[in-house]
Amino acid sequence: MSPFARNNTSALGRWWWTVDRWTLAALAGLIAVGAMLTFAASPSVAHRIGLEPLYFVRRQLMYMPLAAAIMVGVSLLSVRDIRRLAAIVLLVGVLFMALSPIVGMEIKGAKRWIALGPLSLQPSEFVKPAFAVIAAWLFSSERLRAGIPGNTISIALFLLIVLLLVRQPDFGMIVVISVVWFTQFFLAGLPFLWVAAFGLLGAGGGIGAYIAFPHVASRIDRFLDPASGDTYQISTALQAFTSGGWFGRGPGEGIVKTIIPDAHSDFVFAVAGEEFGLFACLLIISLFAFVVLRGFTKLLKESDLFVLLATGGLLTQFGLQAFINMASTLSLMPTKGMTLPFISYGGSSLLALAFAMGMVLGFLRRRSATGGRA
Amino acid sequence: MNQATKPGRRTAAPPGARVVIDGAAKQALEIGRNRLFVIAAVFALGFTVISGRVVDVMALKGGAAPKSAAVAVEQPDRAAIRDRNGELLATSLGTASLFADATQVSDPATAARQLKGVLPELNEADVRTKLTSERRFIWIHRNLTPRQQYAVNRLGIPGLSFQREARRVYPQGAMAAHVVGFTDVDGKGIAGIERSFDGALAAGTAPIDLSLDMRVQHAVVDELTNAIKDFNAVGGVGVVLDVRSGEVLALASLPDFDPNHPGDVKPEDRFNRATLGVYEMGSTFKTFVIAGALDSGTATLKSGYDATNPIHIGRFTIEDYHAKRRWLSVPEIYIHSSNIGAAKMALDLGTPQFRAFLHSVGFNEPSPLEVPEVGKPMSPAQWRDINTMTIAFGHGMAVSPIQLASATAAMINGGILVQPTLIKRTNVEGAMGARVISRETSADMRKLMRLVVEQGTAKSADVPGYLVGGKTGTAEKTGVGGYKKKSLLSSFIGAFPMNDPRYLVLVMLDEPKGNKQSYGYATGGWVAAPAAGRIVRRIGPMLGVEPVDDTTPEMKKEMFVVVNPRAPTLASY
Repeated sequence: MSPFARNNTSALGRWWWTVDRWTLAALAGLIAVGAMLTFAASPSVAHRIGLEPLYFVRRQLMYMPLAAAIMVGVSLLSVRDIRRLAAIVLLVGVLFMALSPIVGMEIKGAKRWIALGPLSLQPSEFVKPAFAVIAAWLFSSERLRAGIPGNTISIALFLLIVLLLVRQPDFGMIVVISVVWFTQFFLAGLPFLWVAAFGLLGAGGGIGAYIAFPHVASRIDRFLDPASGDTYQISTALQAFTSGGWFGRGPGEGIVKTIIPDAHSDFVFAVAGEEFGLFACLLIISLFAFVVLRGFTKLLKESDLFVLLATGGLLTQFGLQAFINMASTLSLMPTKGMTLPFISYGGSSLLALAFAMGMVLGFLRRRSATGGRA
Repeated sequence: MNQATKPGRRTAAPPGARVVIDGAAKQALEIGRNRLFVIAAVFALGFTVISGRVVDVMALKGGAAPKSAAVAVEQPDRAAIRDRNGELLATSLGTASLFADATQVSDPATAARQLKGVLPELNEADVRTKLTSERRFIWIHRNLTPRQQYAVNRLGIPGLSFQREARRVYPQGAMAAHVVGFTDVDGKGIAGIERSFDGALAAGTAPIDLSLDMRVQHAVVDELTNAIKDFNAVGGVGVVLDVRSGEVLALASLPDFDPNHPGDVKPEDRFNRATLGVYEMGSTFKTFVIAGALDSGTATLKSGYDATNPIHIGRFTIEDYHAKRRWLSVPEIYIHSSNIGAAKMALDLGTPQFRAFLHSVGFNEPSPLEVPEVGKPMSPAQWRDINTMTIAFGHGMAVSPIQLASATAAMINGGILVQPTLIKRTNVEGAMGARVISRETSADMRKLMRLVVEQGTAKSADVPGYLVGGKTGTAEKTGVGGYKKKSLLSSFIGAFPMNDPRYLVLVMLDEPKGNKQSYGYATGGWVAAPAAGRIVRRIGPMLGVEPVDDTTPEMKKEMFVVVNPRAPTLASY
């Protein structure tokens, strides 16, 4: 059954015996579900915008082995190497974000993308997990080592990234990065007075965005009062869920999916609902919940503060993104342009997630078995 | 980057420093773990909420309703209408109607062209205008077939949606249109049974089974259509009635219409001559003079009246069409359709008595038939003897054909007035009305009606084995300045088999013109009786009426009538 013998001491052999195989299996499950749903959701979108039906499927399947390689490769690294990698990615990512108004391409009114040969990458997708790791390191340094102003550097870095994101603009990303960063700060022992203060600040930022940016305001208005404007996407998505029912209409049998504009990306969960039914949706939710909660459970026994903060941040990011996507598809909150991790179409997001979850798998490896650390 | 590696090198740190750091680390770890617990709980809660919502939307269908702009109130499908054998006459099919939220359609020109491609009946320019209108709800096409709906969905045009609708479909088309009626676009019954049973049909609980037998209806419509064509008539009526139960097996009024396309119906085609039209029926009314006189005893089959000379009364002259210019027995008055004889008989019966008798057979009020289109009969405001005399041969009183049919049925079914019905009747006894003539009088009327077909004006209605009996009528229609000689209403009303009548057949042609076969005649005997005969020939076997051998001594005895008691020889049978 096992591909590696117990006494196999090669890098992969040690990896296999120390990695959390349950989390690995759940992530593999999510990637498999994602591949299946790309088949279900993307042909009608491709047809609509005049591409050959399997265009998105082909592209996504091209990214998948790459993603798997990144995830496994990153998880092979030691804690220290992961942190170094994160620092490099953060540096390069922020640089590209800063340059993207100049070198970026504009998609749907926002300049977020950098073309790299056949790949088009969204630097902020990679900055997001890398920043979580570096923020964790800064917070833990503040606690553990005198003389390092970790909190201050972290705040400065955070503000810089938010500034770059506002310029794009990408509010979904700002929300995720802010919440993750704040969660890490909270885990690192932020006094409750400060927790309250930051909470108010966040609320103020939200209100500020509502006042300053009309498209943010209109999305929230429409959520609060569906009659106030166009709720086409969200009502069609709900229609898709309702049409699916208990067991779904069957693969390829979806009707409503053909008219959901972003069926293959932001609204892929609705397609899952229509074609595969309630139980498939519950399975997907369970996989996300499992990865997040199992990771947290393992962290409760973690003795390294940096690992605790970094992994906690990455898992929060992963779980939050899944939650926001599903909640907005189900009309529980205003729509955010947010993908469902591993399931939505999108090469850039898939590779970034593979990078993030590779780091999580690396952090969660049983390190005593490697003999490297206490 | 130097400092970044510091915590990882804890094993290399001096022992003293490590204790301090370990103490701080322990405390920080403790806080971190506790707070981690909070975050985990928040996530557990979040995913639980999502799961709950998924169950709510997908299994309990909770989510969609309040968000949707146009929520159709779920109502049951309108119930079906069937004939007595379960043949479908009206049913509701669930269809999808296509509408657009024009604000969502990004490229109206392309969308219109694509829609035209799958729904060729659309007008592309029209659709483009609709899609550019910026309206949130606009119908594109009503009642799509599932195939069309699939094709539209395949286009994947955002902004197009379907609303489930029920479309009323009439599989038999025009065949029973005047009875079944039709609904408007919103599924509300506005004519016929659809209207009179609108509430019950809308409730959708059970189909309504009509008394109609579509096989019979088809034969009647077919023969009536041929007769109208042959004699170039403007319209016609055909009715088949079960004389015992009052059930209408066929009711046709031509011209008719296709209820599947109510919008294209001309108002004159919607006019139901059989129930809504009231006409002066002519000689078929003589049946009631004779039955009334025989039943009251003012005349017998052996008595008679002098019909030598026309009657002059006021400015009127009553003449016989087939004038014999002699004394006529009661059977002769009926067979030869003597107006003079009938008028005298009616006067003998007495004006109040005749009037009461006509009221007793239902001629004083509209027919109780279950369609809204029933005509109110017309009778003289001041009923004088002159009215009695003209009504005796069917002028001066107007009734609907269905009223004439149901009253005539009472004359031959043993004397009971049975309410006519368009609904399949299970309890026949409950529908039995008053006795209007005695059983004996009814038996006499059967013999007289048989005689008319055997020897009188309706010979062409005879069908061997079915012992058809009846009476012809030819009325002049009223027009500007009185009766019009050339605008006739020619009819035959009869039944079979006359020894024990089961089914009444009425055929009436509106303004028939004589042709070569009829030697230029357009009277009831020439134009309506043959059609009635052909109907009997077709429906008799269908309805399981066993042929009668009328040459047996028993049958001859049963149907025996002395036609002219004053003649030296007995009449033939």
